[in-house]
Order: sequence, then structure tokens, then C-alpha cells
Amino acid sequence: MSLLEIKNLHVEIDGKKILNGLSLNVEKGQVAAIMGPNGSGKSTLAYVLAGKEDYDVTEGDILFDGESILDMDPDVRAAKGLFLAFQYPIEIPGVATMNFLRTALNAQRKARGEGELSTPEFLKRVREAAAKLDIDPEMLKRSVNVGFSGGEKKRAEVLQMTMFEPRLAILDETDSGLDIDALKIAADGVNRLRSPERSFLVITHYQRLLDHIVPDVVHVLSKGRIVRTGGKELALELEARGYAEYQDEAA
Amino acid sequence: MPAVQETVDQVRRIDVDQYKYGFETKIESEKAPKGLSEDIVRFISSKKDEPAWMLEWRLEAYRRWLTMREPTWARVDYPKIDYQDYYYYSAPKRKPTLKSLDEVDPEILETYKKLGIPLREQEILAGVVREDGSTPSRVAVDAVFDSVSVATTFKEELKKAGVIFMPISEAIREHPDLVKKYLGSVVPVTDNFFATLNSAVFSDGSFVYVPPGVRCPMELSTYFRINERNTGQFERTLIIADKGSYVSYLEGCTAPMRDENQLHAAVVELIAHDDAEIKYSTVQNWYPGDAEGKGGIYNFVTKRGDCRGARSKISWTQVETGSAITWKYPSCILRGDNSRGEFYSIAISNGRQQVDSGTKMIHLGKNTTSRIISKGIAAGRSQNTYRGLVTAHRKASGARNFTNCDSLLVGDKCGAHTVPYLEAKNSSAVFEHEATTSKISEEMLFYCRQRGLSAEEATALVVNGFVRDVLQQLPMEFAVEAQKLISISLEGSVG
Repeated sequence: MSLLEIKNLHVEIDGKKILNGLSLNVEKGQVAAIMGPNGSGKSTLAYVLAGKEDYDVTEGDILFDGESILDMDPDVRAAKGLFLAFQYPIEIPGVATMNFLRTALNAQRKARGEGELSTPEFLKRVREAAAKLDIDPEMLKRSVNVGFSGGEKKRAEVLQMTMFEPRLAILDETDSGLDIDALKIAADGVNRLRSPERSFLVITHYQRLLDHIVPDVVHVLSKGRIVRTGGKELALELEARGYAEYQDEAA
Repeated sequence: MPAVQETVDQVRRIDVDQYKYGFETKIESEKAPKGLSEDIVRFISSKKDEPAWMLEWRLEAYRRWLTMREPTWARVDYPKIDYQDYYYYSAPKRKPTLKSLDEVDPEILETYKKLGIPLREQEILAGVVREDGSTPSRVAVDAVFDSVSVATTFKEELKKAGVIFMPISEAIREHPDLVKKYLGSVVPVTDNFFATLNSAVFSDGSFVYVPPGVRCPMELSTYFRINERNTGQFERTLIIADKGSYVSYLEGCTAPMRDENQLHAAVVELIAHDDAEIKYSTVQNWYPGDAEGKGGIYNFVTKRGDCRGARSKISWTQVETGSAITWKYPSCILRGDNSRGEFYSIAISNGRQQVDSGTKMIHLGKNTTSRIISKGIAAGRSQNTYRGLVTAHRKASGARNFTNCDSLLVGDKCGAHTVPYLEAKNSSAVFEHEATTSKISEEMLFYCRQRGLSAEEATALVVNGFVRDVLQQLPMEFAVEAQKLISISLEGSVG
């Protein structure tokens, strides 16, 4: 059974159709890349999977571990192991990053019927994870994403991902706004998390992220549906030829 | 804010719209007849064994009050109050003077226990560790139950330091010179409708005197509880910090849930002499009424501090979550040169609550400075107004003020309003005013929820972040309490 099964998904926002019969499976332990031109529905897919309101699913279903998650609140999905690394991480003034991590982690653990982490155990995990991502511990005292550079924000997202140990991590344009060094640090962080028990859905416009996070499979999204699926070499082909043919094909 | 998880747990445990402190203590009480008259004023005065001068003071206030009209300028709306329909004095039936806590009615002790107020100083002194591992705090407490003070802890230890901390009714008898000298010297008898009413009928409250050069060895705290039905509480607090002294004081308030409205009209006067500092914190959690606005406390409070001496400092910190109506403007008169006034406020309204609160910073002395940080959070169908006055007298050269008013809206049926008044009669005065109003953003909530927080947990987290600057001003353990309170107050605001 696939970890994630998206079946004939139709999604509208404000009456405008964005996803148009999208079907896709992500296997356990698989790293799947979704590539596509601007406006093809990449971010919508990420948000719908995470359970953001304002999106109307008019047809189809999303199964996570065989169970439909369409009626689940975002926090319930999170506790089940679904994580979204945001393209534009949100700032929360006055809430220290460390505190945020701990509150969220314990909320998830609680929802799963696990006990809260002890303070020393939590601190140990955060420090280890932060060090590997080259995150200054001082940064964890600052408010969530407030005053963080683009690179710091993305690294902070990967830090959260590391702490929450999701079963499916969705990376929404994690490469956007990153220089090559920052990109490498973030990608290394993701690569460390790869395991047979964890799946990734890497959403990106450009191939360069996939040089660092090498996918098992590449899907091309256009006009709200998957129009082609191939191996990692498909990304290179897209980089060379651009998306023009897929836009025409779908039109 | 390590306590957020705790906050969140707290919220989980209680149902929506459940006011945690809404229980009633079954206790026999002695009440004055309903209504207000000269006889009632005399009754109260005699119940307290007051000297003649005090009675005269009260009567003068009462006569004055009869000629006054209730103010209507605040942005609050409530049915006309029938002042003859309240009891002005209610006391638990018990011995007139208590020698130790053992003489306090166990029911009352139980009440304070339920409220989490430490009255058992023995336990505290003995270093008892509670079952949950926390150690009781070292805070001296004066507990006021309806109209009388039922217990004051740590009296002896404070006495050693020369600090006087006792119910004001006792201070009137034991320290008449101090009381006579300072009572009404900051909030005159004729100040305003509610303060004048208080002057006529005030029942109890705390009296603090810190002698010159003394740093009060512990936090002082008064806990006010209105229990009786239809009873007004009119407490009077007077705090004097003599030259070069320091005191930190905290008041907390709760009341049972009742369908009818209860009246609370307090007066607090602070006096800081040369180089003295008073830090006054309030965690106000009077019953706010139900979701439809039935019941709740009418809170009309006059709080004013007088920075009488040079380089003195008065700092007000308030966390306001309760009351159906709040009318309250803790103020500082910056009389001494180089004196400083501060006002830090978190005012949260939910349901049908109406808050009109703020401060007055009155700069009279030279090089006086003031700082106002106000965080208003409106949820449900509530209305939340910040009303503040900053004024510099023509002799107040070099006066400085910084004001920051932020309002946060939760949902789309509430209102936040900011009404600043600025008056500079001196060309060297510098006033800065910053104000923002924002709505709690869906993006922020979604982000938190994607990380595993429920809608309410996410709201509590964001709001706690919004008020952090002010929470940091509170004494540590009260900050934790306040944080819990904030989450509880926002219960049911997400829908």
C-alpha cells in the first residue's frame, strides 16, 4: 500500500479550478519530486495535503496510510505524521522558536498518545539537530522566523522537520530564495532524514534542488494534473527544454 | 515562555465558557441592610470600630456623592445601576478579630485553597513541597472576603523589616497618623463618582507602609473575593513607599458566577517619596458574565500613583481578563523631578465584555519620563478601548513619554478602539505615540496548526506572543498565572 494516494483530486479556490483530476501515489520511503511551471497548482497541492481552509475539494480523495484525510483538521494530519515545509515560513512575534518547537512537538506527541518529552531530552535533540543544520543556538531564542534571513527560515523549517520526524514531508519550493550554500545545508538536512520509513514530496520549479536531494521519481504537474512521470533524469530534461511542451500539451 | 504547554493543558481541561472561579462559598454572613444612606455609612464605620474622624470623612464623601452624576463618557454600555439595590457591607460571621489562621472559617480557607492562594505561611516557612513538586511561594498575602480582610500572612517577618502590611481597617485604628496623612491625598474624596462612593462606603483593603531605605523582603499580595450575592465590593488600598524604599505588590480578584451584575468600585492610592519605587501588578479575573452577556462584575476602579519625591518611580502592570464592564485608568502623577511612571497593560475581552481602560501620565516635575505599553485583545463580540492621557505641565521641562498601543482582533465580531489624548504645555516635551491594530492572521494560525496545535492552542500561542513584552513585567510566578488566564479567557473565541 502506498503511504500517500491522491485519487482524481479536483480542487477549487474562490470558484476557480486549480487541481483538475490529479492522481498520484507516493510509496513508503520514496522521494518524489513534483515539478511544474508557475500556476500549475504545485503550492495548492501542498496546502490541500496539509489541510488549509479556503480550498474546496470538489471531487476525489486523499488517502494517507489508507485512510482518507480530507475531513481531518490540519493538526490531526500533523500528528499523523504529515509535515509541510512552507515556501514562505510565517513569522510569529513574541513566541521563541525553542518554545514553539517544544509546544508543537508535545502537542503532536500527546495527540498520538505518547508522553511529553522531558526538558533535558528535548534540549538534547534540539541542540543536536540545530548543530547539524549550522543553526546558532541563539537563533532558537528569537521569535519564530522574525528577522530571519531567507536561508535561516528554510533551515528552521528543516529543523522542525527533523524534530517532528514526520512520515511524509512535503517541501514546498524549499530552494526558493536560497543561495547555493544555504541550499546545500538545507538539502543535507533533508538527506539525513531519508529512510525507508519516511517519504518526501519535493515540490520545485527548478532542477537544481534535485541535484542535492536526488529523487526516486519525478512527476510533472501542469494545469492541475500529473502529465508525465519518470526517473530522476526527467528533471534534467525539463531543465534543458523548459516546460513549454507540457503547457501546450495540457491546454 | 516555557509555560505555554501548561497553558494549553489548562485550556484542554475546561469546557468552553466555564469560569474556573465561579463557585460559591456557603457561609453565613452578616450584612448591612440593602441600600445606601447615612445610616449605612455609620453602620459600616461602627462595624469597623472606626475613630470619629474616619466617620466624618466618610459622611462628607457620602454627602458629596449625592450631588454627583455617574460618568457616561466611556465606551461602555450597561443598564442603569440602582445603587439602592446593593448590600454595602457583608462579612463572614465569625469572631471580630482573628488571632491566627486557625480561627478563620475553614470554608473560607477552602475557598482560597481552591483559588490557589497561599494563606498557610507555616507551610511556606516549613518549606513544604506540594504533591506536584512545586514549592509554595514566599509571598505575603492579605485575603479580603467580601467586605473584610480574613487573613494576612507573614506579618511578623515583615514587621522585622519595619514594613507595615495589614488590612486598612486595622491601620485606621493602629496607625491613624499615617492613614490620616495619606488617605485621599492622591485620589481626593471628591475625585469622581465612583471614587467618592468608595470613600463613603469602603470596607476593607490593604495598607502598606515601607519605611525609608527599606527594600520590602517579599512580594506583597492582596486577594479579593466577592462571594455574597448583590454585594458591592469597595476596597481601598493605600501604599506608601518612603524615601529610598522599594515594594512590589500584587492584587488578584475573582468572584462567583451569578446571573445578576455585581458592583466593584475600588480606590488604590500609591505614594512614592524621593528615590522610592512601587511596582503594582494586577491580575484581574472577576467573573465576566456568560457568553450572552448575562451577569458579570461591573468594575469601576480609580487607581492613581503619586510620584511625590524626586527620582521616584511607579510602575503599573495589569492583566485584565474579567468583568462585564471595565472602567479603569491606573495613572501616575509625576510630581517629583526626574520621576518615572510606567503602565504595562494586557486587556483581553471575550464574549460580550466591554473594556474601557488605559492610563494617565501627568507630567508636572522636570525631566519626568513615562512609558505606556498597552496590548488589547478583543475576541467574541466584545469591545475593547484603550483610553490614555499624556500631559506635560508648563513647568515640566524635558518631559518624555513613549506610548505603544497594539490591538489584536480575534474573529470579526469584536471591536478595538484607541483614544489617546496628548497635551503638551511645554515646548521641550517629547511625546511618542505608536499604535497598531491587527487581526490574528489565518496564515499564522494555519502555520501553527500544521505543526500540530489545535485552533485554540494556536490562538493562545499567538496571543501569548503578542503580549510577551508586558508579561515580562510581571513577577515571575504571576506571569505564569497570567499566561494561563489569557488562554482560558480566549476559550470559545475561535469558531
